[in-house]
Order: sequence, then structure tokens, then C-alpha cells
Amino acid sequence: MDRNDTRGIFPCFLLLAAGMIAAAFLSLCLGAAALSPRELLAVLCGRGDASAVSILLYVRVPRTVGCLLAGAALAVSGAIIQTVLANPLAAPNIIGVNSGAGLGVALCCAVLPTAVNVVPAAAFAGAFAGVLLVLFIAEKAGASRITLVLAGMAISGMFSAGIDAVLTVFPDSLIGYSDFRIGGLANVSMDRIAPAAWVILLCLAAALALAHEMDVLALGTDMAQSLGLRVRRVRVLLLALAAALAGAAVSFAGLLGFVGLVAPHMVRRLVGGESRRLLAGCALVGAALLTLCDVAARTLFAPYELPVGIVLSLAGGPFFLWLLFRRKETHA
Amino acid sequence: MIELQNLTAGYREHAVLEHVDLCFPEGNVTVLLGPNGCGKSTLLKTALGLLPPLEGQILYDGTPLSELAPVQVARRAAYMAQSRGIPNIEARRMVLHGRFPYLPFPRRYRKSDHEAVDRALQQADALELAHCRMEELSGGQRQKIYLAMALAQQTKTIFMDEPTTWLDVRHQMEVMRTAKDLAAAGKAVVLVSHDLCLALRTADRVALLSQGRLVQVDTPLHVYESGTLDKVFGVHVCRVCVNGTWQYFCE
Repeated sequence: MDRNDTRGIFPCFLLLAAGMIAAAFLSLCLGAAALSPRELLAVLCGRGDASAVSILLYVRVPRTVGCLLAGAALAVSGAIIQTVLANPLAAPNIIGVNSGAGLGVALCCAVLPTAVNVVPAAAFAGAFAGVLLVLFIAEKAGASRITLVLAGMAISGMFSAGIDAVLTVFPDSLIGYSDFRIGGLANVSMDRIAPAAWVILLCLAAALALAHEMDVLALGTDMAQSLGLRVRRVRVLLLALAAALAGAAVSFAGLLGFVGLVAPHMVRRLVGGESRRLLAGCALVGAALLTLCDVAARTLFAPYELPVGIVLSLAGGPFFLWLLFRRKETHA
Repeated sequence: MIELQNLTAGYREHAVLEHVDLCFPEGNVTVLLGPNGCGKSTLLKTALGLLPPLEGQILYDGTPLSELAPVQVARRAAYMAQSRGIPNIEARRMVLHGRFPYLPFPRRYRKSDHEAVDRALQQADALELAHCRMEELSGGQRQKIYLAMALAQQTKTIFMDEPTTWLDVRHQMEVMRTAKDLAAAGKAVVLVSHDLCLALRTADRVALLSQGRLVQVDTPLHVYESGTLDKVFGVHVCRVCVNGTWQYFCE
């Protein structure tokens, strides 16, 4: 990386990090019972009153940590999928990765209802199955970008039907199924987040370590192979990381949509297409975006609360349409 | 040197080219000529290991290609593809990708890599483009950067698939001149071209392909004199002496 270029990009990353911290701060303060910054500081210093401590430790901190982790995971997963499939319209919720993870979670909850620690693994298995199906279609059919997205939607539909089938046979397997399907973090606890958090942190580190391989892969299959990259192996490895990230996020946050689509496009405009910057930027922007949407979800209609998935879809849906129309104009 | 022995190449069991024996000696520009669909690009991709051969073998300095790891192949042969995506990165960063085969994990560029990139940019006459973004460059400027990237790979052989496509006449001639310079510097340059006249003017050796077969391998003069070009392309190729050099044209 060029040193001058790095200096130019540094303030941008500082700004993104500050935005993420500000979002986390808002998330800790705002909600049904608002905490002032002074109260927050008092609790952090161990001097807060008992109710504030309870609210912060058992509600706000898990929710904020969950938002930050799920947002970062889904955004990075989206960036990886878009690069590997060379398709800017691809994202975990669009090509069936999220719903694959959802099916994995539903099956796991139906068969092993008490094995909470297995849920991220089941989500990964489902997400990986989804991503491999899409890769298979892309490689075998040489499918165009739009065809690939449509194929992903078909796969997504099949997985969703699978979730419905599991719920019909085991109605108690996913308590609060509607929240799971829309995606939300209203009832998360640190116990639920912990196993997925390890998966997310490890996969984020692994994805950053493979950023150079991603850059070479982005040059196209032939170019990448002629530069000595084992294309098929790296592709599967990166998609496995993307599946693990999306699966881990889905395991505690439900089927959140659009973070994985919106964040990579925003970050590319800010820091360019180089993978190390893209992934780091996506982690920060995805975390901030989901956290801010969650804050909006819990404060816009207070004391009522919307699942964050609704807010994301309301914002992400139009963005996806804009992206489609922009591509159409570009290719017209 | 790269040698193709009794090579049959194609896609998914469908042979595009059959029983090709050909080598690419260093210090020579070998131009693959032939009508559309005769398998020039397929031959190039198979020689690079991007497509598996259906039959026969490919030797890199006597070692079968199948026994070489992709990185070892990439240190011996560079590839300028016909069509490529345009990443949203700096041109210099693009050229740095040419050093990928030499970077052990975790892929940190060393001083020697930056020096190799500077030399490659200079050789490709692209130093002033180094800090431009790839998206902002014209077709000719991009081609220079791709050439610099191939040069940064520091291989003995360079394969160029239609390097003059989309370029104006001046840039076409520049690319061909660079190919000659590289050969003069001891590299084996293998070039696919549709421009019969430009190819005949540039090549040290012409490999003429037609209907899935290698028809002739010889100097441009001998290939021209044999009349095979006329039969393969269905045109009449003529030759005139201009300022002491032979120029070719078709009618």
C-alpha cells in the first residue's frame, strides 16, 4: 500500500470509527428508559444506582454489542460475497445465505432445543450450503449477474419454505419466530451472543488476513490464476468465512436484511475498492448502521418498539432498487 | 522454454485444437495467427494452465506443467488477458499485483517488490500513470499498466492475448514495439493477434492455426511465401518494401 495514500485515508477511518463509537454511545443511552451520559458514566465507574446498572448490563450492553457484532459481520460478509461472485447486487440476504442460516437455526432448535452453543455451527452449515449452491450455479451455468441474484432469491425462497416446514412440524422450536424472521435484537443476552461473538471476531481477523487474496481474485478468474492464486480453494475459503459471519449474526439477531448490501457500497465510495480498507470500513460502517437503525427502531415510536429488521428493510429496499436502476442506466 | 507436445485443448471434452506441437523460444516474438474461433486464446490459456489439456503435455523448462504449483507457473509465465475487469484501485497498486507470486503469507511488499514495480512502470512507459486510478485511465493507458504488471512478474515468457484490441494505431504500434524490445531483452513473447499485417511485421515466428490444427510454424517471410495465409484467411496477402522494411497488406 502506498504510504501517501494511507495518510489520505487515515482521517476517513478515524471518522468511521468515531461514528461507530457515537452510535454505540447512543445505543447505550437511548431506549424505553433513557440514561443520561452522566448516569452512563456513573454506572461505568461503578457508582450508578441499581436500576441503571441493571438496564445497562442486562439490556443495553448485550443489545449494543449484538448490534455492533451483527452489523460488522453482515457487512463484511456482503463485501466478501460481492467480491467473490463479482456481483455488486449480491448480499447475504439476497442470495439465500441468511435464509440458509435461518433454516440451520430452525433445525437445530427443533432437534437440539437445549444446545444453545451449537446454534452458530448450525447457522454456519445452513449459510454455507446456501453460498455453495450459489457458487455452483455461478460456475456451472456461467450465470449473468441478474440471473445469479434471481437464482439466489429462488434458493432463499426454498430455504424459507424449509423454515416454515420445520415450524409446522415443531411449532415450539423458534419462540418469537416472527421476530427471528424480521430480524431483531430486543431480547438478546450476552450468553446468546458469546459463542457467535468468537466466531465473528475470528472470521473478521481471517478475512482481513486474506484481503490480498481477495484483491487478486477481484481481477478475474484467469488473471488471478495466472498470478499463482489457487482460485477455487480461495473462493471456497472466502465464501466459508462469509457464511460463518452471516450465520453467526443470524444465530442471535435473526434474518436481518440489507446491511450486507448497503454497507459495502457506501464504503467503496468512501475508501475505494482495495479489500483491506473495504473490509475494515465495512466492519465499522456495518456496526454503526445496524446500531443506529436499532436505536431508531426503539425510539421512533416509543414506548412501542419496531424490530430493527423493519427499519433496515425500509431503508435498504429503496437502496437496492436504486442500485438496480443505476446499473440499468449504466448498461443502457 | 515452454513446449507444447501433442496438445489437444478445448472446453469440457470438446476439442477446439488437436495435436499441436509447438515451442516458444526465448528471444523471439511468436505470433499466433488464425481466423476467429480457430483456438488461439484456448491455446494460450491451456499453455498457462488456466484450462486443463484434454491430451498431450505442456513442459516448462522440461518439467510437466501438471507437476508445478500455480505460483511456480506464475514465476515462469505472465499473462495479459484479452478482457479484464477494471478494479477501483490505483494503477501502481495494480502493478504491485504482479509481485503476488513472490509474496509469502501475510503478503507484505518488500523493498525489492517496490523496486521491481518501479522498473516495470518505467519499462512500460507508465511511470506518470502510477498514481492515477484504473477507472480514470484510457484503454491505451490501461494496457500500459497491464503490461507493467506482467513485467513486474519477472517471468521468462509473456503471453499476450489480443494486446492491441481497442487501441488506436499509434498505441498498437507501441505495444508491438514493446513486444520486440522484450524479445530483444531475452524474453519469449507469445502474442495472439487478429491484425495480420501488424503481426507479420512484428513476429520472429508465426504459428498459423486453422480449423483446430496448427498448419504452419515459420518466419513471417516463409509463411507468406508458402501462400498458406491466403488459403487460411481467404484473402490475398501482398508485400511491399517501404523505407527498407517489408510491409504487408491484404486485398
